[in-house]
Amino acid sequence: MDASNAMLQRVEEIIDSYGCKRENIIAIMQDIQAEYKYLSRETLEKIAEKLGIGVAKVYSVATFYENFSLEAKGKYIVKVCNGTACHVRKSQPIYDGLREYLQLEGKQKTSADQLFTLETVACLGACSLAPAMTINDEVHAKMTPESAIALLEDIRRKEAVQNA
Amino acid sequence: MPECALTRTQFHLLQTESKDLLAAQKLKVLVCAGTGCVANGSMKVYDTLKAACETRGLNVCVALREEGGENSVHLKKSGCHGFCEIGPLVSIEPLDILYTHVHPEDCEEIIEKTLLGGEVIDRLLYHKDGQAYQRRDDIPFYKLQHRIVLRDSGKSDAEEILEYIANGGYSAFEKALFEMNGEEICKTISDSGLRGRGGGGFPAGRKWESVRRNVSDVKYVVCNGDEGDPGAFMDQGVMEGNPHSVIEGMLIAGVATGATEGYIYVRAEYPLAVKRLRIAIAKAEELGLLGDNIMGSGFSFHMHINRGAGAFVCGEGSALTSSIEGKRGMPRVKPPRTVDKGLWAKPTVLNNVETYANVPQIVLNGAGWYRSVGTENSPGTKTFALTGNVVNTGLVEVPMGTTLRQVIYDIGGGIKDGKKFKAVQIGGPSGGCLTEEHLDLPLDFDSLKKVGAIIGSGGMVVMDEDTCMVEVARFFMNFTQNESCGKCVPCREGTKRMLEILERIIRNEGELEDLDTLESLANTITEASLCGLGQTACKPVLSTLKYFRNEYLAHVVDKHCPHCNGRKRHLEINPKLCRGCGKCKRNCPMEAISGELRQPHTIDVTKCIHCGACWGACPFGAIDAIEEEG
Ligand SMILES: Cc1cc2nc3c(=O)[nH]c(=O)nc-3n(C[C@H](O)[C@H](O)[C@H](O)COP(=O)(O)O)c2cc1C
Ligand code: SF4
Ligand code: SF4
Ligand code: SF4
Ligand code: FES
Ligand code: FES
Repeated sequence: MDASNAMLQRVEEIIDSYGCKRENIIAIMQDIQAEYKYLSRETLEKIAEKLGIGVAKVYSVATFYENFSLEAKGKYIVKVCNGTACHVRKSQPIYDGLREYLQLEGKQKTSADQLFTLETVACLGACSLAPAMTINDEVHAKMTPESAIALLEDIRRKEAVQNA
Repeated sequence: MPECALTRTQFHLLQTESKDLLAAQKLKVLVCAGTGCVANGSMKVYDTLKAACETRGLNVCVALREEGGENSVHLKKSGCHGFCEIGPLVSIEPLDILYTHVHPEDCEEIIEKTLLGGEVIDRLLYHKDGQAYQRRDDIPFYKLQHRIVLRDSGKSDAEEILEYIANGGYSAFEKALFEMNGEEICKTISDSGLRGRGGGGFPAGRKWESVRRNVSDVKYVVCNGDEGDPGAFMDQGVMEGNPHSVIEGMLIAGVATGATEGYIYVRAEYPLAVKRLRIAIAKAEELGLLGDNIMGSGFSFHMHINRGAGAFVCGEGSALTSSIEGKRGMPRVKPPRTVDKGLWAKPTVLNNVETYANVPQIVLNGAGWYRSVGTENSPGTKTFALTGNVVNTGLVEVPMGTTLRQVIYDIGGGIKDGKKFKAVQIGGPSGGCLTEEHLDLPLDFDSLKKVGAIIGSGGMVVMDEDTCMVEVARFFMNFTQNESCGKCVPCREGTKRMLEILERIIRNEGELEDLDTLESLANTITEASLCGLGQTACKPVLSTLKYFRNEYLAHVVDKHCPHCNGRKRHLEINPKLCRGCGKCKRNCPMEAISGELRQPHTIDVTKCIHCGACWGACPFGAIDAIEEEG
């Protein structure tokens, strides 16, 4: 079985676990995205088919919510908080520093090696430890551009060792 | 009627058993497991403590029912204490010690000296002005607080339902279930004067009574845990630290109104809150406190959790219910009101996390007790997330009517780095700012409304003398503009225009007329928008225009803002993005830019006057404003 088929099978399992109920579409998409990091076209079609609604409807829900991505993402999703507390404690230089480190240009969000996707988020609820960021949902507090880059470098190193 | 899993008598036995078990615990170590402390490494501290205790032959117990005998330590994960910046926090009972900044390296010493020797380690205590504080509640940050909603947060095990029960939990629910009817419960809540803590301040009792009176086959109780204000985390603290108080409050709302299904809508960015709530619900179901025919009363209640997906507008009532229904979270025209046609067009009680968390204690202690705290028209307490340029940041809970000065100076310890206070933004993107002249204003729903601000959900950002207030207004407008759902034109287009103007002003390219345009646009958006997002989007702009007009003038007339320049920023061309088109060079009034066609250009910072012309002209976004440290 190829990767795409395996994925669609897993997608079906997830939809079934919610009893194919229409109202659970958001939870279904969240679970799929938690595993695959994004919602592919085939995934949206599968959801539409199983829930018995039009693809356009599924698409419109997916695009409404900022957390859903229709594009493939990196293995690690890095979110720099730009909520009020983090903003006043200089979160922007962290974001800029990471962008530069990952060599992201223009609208690009995912690094060329497909390892990292860089995003912003409005408040992680760790405001007392601002500025904060998350890497795959793990919160890191009191960041500086240097410490943020160091975290990513660490991951890169580990990944390189694993792949060697 | 299905058989009940737990009879009322069994519940009483469980209460006594839990109380006895809790009282029998000789030594308790609570490691803070809130988002802040976890991010600071508290789970490593937990694991190290556990392993080290075991190596020393101490019996480590985790669940309440575990009895370890003589040589035992009860190790627990607590909720957030609210003072995350001094974390990871570890408290030790019954010695009443709070250790701060605890790291795995400290664990051996804690076991050796404190757990086995009963000695206090001075180094790990909180120190302030040469004084060491052993007890948490003696620390100035806590001293003026009055904790009702956050009472147990940090002091009890957030994942152990029996501990909640031991501390009196679910007895308010039992009382509501067996000793009161719906009307009486609604009346108690009305009499207590409890007002919605999600921002609007609507009387909760009146809302419940409307739902109770509505005749319908199904009714719903919905909890708003979307906490969209970008810089607030009170509801997160409650959901993580004391999840059962929210569940119990919702159960009581169910008994009061005849609703049988509950939904908690939690912000996507709070995975830990979701986890704790899930555990709490599972345990309550297991015991029979949720489910069918609870305690044989005939009352059934089922609880569900929905996770948000990153849309601020979903915090608005009708958007939230449509998101639960699996649709786009767009607000709708009102009426019909949520109490008449809410979730799936059925009568629905919708309240905020903190509102529900107040309910059990009101039912247990009575409306009169609740009214004894706070002010006449705003009884009770309010939690705030104190952040920004203040010495102590964190979660605070104070009686309504406490002054800003008390919160910022007595609890918050004043402005950071000895700077001067300038303003405080309350209520996030829908709120306004308050200044020096408001420092002695009592914090309650009505006093703040009078001066054009709101209590809001409780975000409180303190700003010092170096802050540019135009930039603050821009920051919030950028947020709201991004979050506008686009359903109605005034909000969708109006906020875009507002943002453009603010950006222009920040770049010192604004004109005097821009200020009038901002004001008239703001009035239109406020009047003509469909939902609260649009209706309040301009508050930050209007209130900064009112109190800090001179800062706008500095930008548009003098073309120089002392605060923005004080921050030291210079422009740099990113050679990777620059295509060498020369546009910036042609636009620069100072001839500060040089470069050959199709080659990366450079800016001579010594000639640059920060007019921003190049920044606006570059079609490739190649020019960055670099913030310098200091
Ligand atoms: C744009 C917008 C966002 C809102 N966000 C929240 C929120 O995050 N949490 C909340 O409890 N209420 C929020 N509200 C208020 C809710 O609409 C609603 O009034 C509240 O949840 C009712 O509960 P309460 O009466 O207990 O405060 C928001 C309102 C608007 C217009
Ligand atoms: S006011 Fe804004 S957020 Fe509210 S419905 Fe209109 S466009 Fe959407
Ligand atoms: S900011 Fe103004 S003065 Fe400075 S380089 Fe750009 S155009 Fe020239
Ligand atoms: S306008 Fe932008 S791309 Fe063109 S020369 Fe200037 S910096 Fe380079
Ligand atoms: S503002 Fe960044 S964590 Fe709250
Ligand atoms: S998370 Fe530990 S004090 Fe807030």
